[in-house]
Amino acid sequence: MSAHLFQLRDIRFGYDPDHPVLDGVDFALTTGERVALCGANGSGKTTLLHVMVGLLTPSSGSVVAFGRERRCEGDFHEVRAQAGLLFQDSDDQLFCPTVAEDVAFGPLNLGQSRAEARRAADDALAQVGLDGFGHRVTHKLSGGQKRLVALASVLAMRPQVLLLDEPTNGLDRDARARLLGVLASLPQAMVVIAHDDDALAALTRRRVILEAGRLLG
Amino acid sequence: MSSVLPLGITLSPLARLDPRSRVLAAFAFAVGVVWCQSVAALTFACALAAGLAVLARLPPLSTLRRVLAVEGFMLLTLASLPFTMGGEPVFTLLGFAAGGDGLHRAGILLLKSSAVLLATLALLGTLDMPALGHALARLGLPVRFVALFLFTVRYIDVLHREYARLRLAMRARGFRPRASLHCWRSLGHLFGMLLVGSLERSERIDAAMRCRGFDGRFHLLDEHRPGRLDWGFGAVQTASLLLLAVLDVW
Ligand SMILES: Nc1ncnc2c1ncn2[C@@H]1O[C@H](COP(=O)(O)OP(=O)(O)OP(=O)(O)O)[C@@H](O)[C@H]1O
Ligand SMILES: [Mg+2]
Repeated sequence: MSAHLFQLRDIRFGYDPDHPVLDGVDFALTTGERVALCGANGSGKTTLLHVMVGLLTPSSGSVVAFGRERRCEGDFHEVRAQAGLLFQDSDDQLFCPTVAEDVAFGPLNLGQSRAEARRAADDALAQVGLDGFGHRVTHKLSGGQKRLVALASVLAMRPQVLLLDEPTNGLDRDARARLLGVLASLPQAMVVIAHDDDALAALTRRRVILEAGRLLG
Repeated sequence: MSSVLPLGITLSPLARLDPRSRVLAAFAFAVGVVWCQSVAALTFACALAAGLAVLARLPPLSTLRRVLAVEGFMLLTLASLPFTMGGEPVFTLLGFAAGGDGLHRAGILLLKSSAVLLATLALLGTLDMPALGHALARLGLPVRFVALFLFTVRYIDVLHREYARLRLAMRARGFRPRASLHCWRSLGHLFGMLLVGSLERSERIDAAMRCRGFDGRFHLLDEHRPGRLDWGFGAVQTASLLLLAVLDVW
């Protein structure tokens, strides 16, 4: 069990009780593993990632993350520092006026000094190929640039696991190729929500499909 | 905080100041001017403000237009003062006597508002919002207040774009504003969507912030130190304000 970063057992969740979105999901993620999470629109992929980091609380089932069962909001603080979630819509994620501040937001929250946070931000921006973007104003970036900045803001926290909600969403072919290159070079374990199968197939080794509230391996 | 400038444009002298100096200067100037009562001192204040505008390289035409817009707004008050304040009649209009006191008072108000407005435009109008927010935080304003201010700046834009997108979507399907029930209902839907959308977005932003370890405390990244330029500017500013006070008393 200790090799498992995440272990979800029999997770049930519904936004309203009559229509369960997740209806008994079992899932495990081991160190260094890359998994593609597929499924039709509205099948609950985003919901599942949000359950994993405690943004949504399942009505039943257990979430074991990094060796401990996580139940309440307090339990998940540590999980969120270790598992970086890239949101489906970058505008939800980027809220600081400038790129540098946004990327440094996580490290500062983790208690790093300003100098350390700045360095972490610079490193993360370099990692996604956006060196020197620090002083740019977030809301004036293009959609693809926002995507990369959002990824940098996740990487800056140096998580062990990346949970990526449609990372190539809205990127052109070049930007997509670059992002896939960046992701391929990262050592972290990943869960990637993917619609464009072939591109992400190269990245991931395992593929699970969410269907009718259950996960098919 | 540096802002992006197209190549070939150099920063104006004011833009090189620490934003804090600019906020403090604007505040001190406004307080000083509001205090002044003599025409001589206020004329001097106007000259100072004009000097600041030149230093900030404000575009003359649009600045003038802005100042005039505000003065125009005050015109009614200004125009009625001479006739209501009493004092020795200076001239009569349509049988009403314009009193000297009121005329004097109107002139002073005009000078005061122009000076404060021009100085504020020069000192703060050229500052981008994030820089202004940070300057306020560094000056000791509660970080929560500043965060609220910065959020507002950031998401007004998102909201505006959401609105523009929805409007575009409506127009693309042949919607034209008319005085019809259908039109009002559609606009109602538009604003309803905007409200629901922002509420849900605020929830997602909160989630995203918690994902990055947010615990209710805000940390600021930038560290500005006032440089020699700032101290020099502060000294000149203090001297000017003293001169203003002397002029006013004298
Ligand atoms: N905030 C919410 N309130 C109510 N129902 C919701 C909410 N978010 C999602 N749902 C519903 O839950 C179901 C799963 O949504 P989810 O966003 O997890 O799907 P998804 O697999 O990520 O879809 P997509 O591929 O379109 O992103 C959908 O049927 C959706 O209508
Ligand atoms: Mg989704």
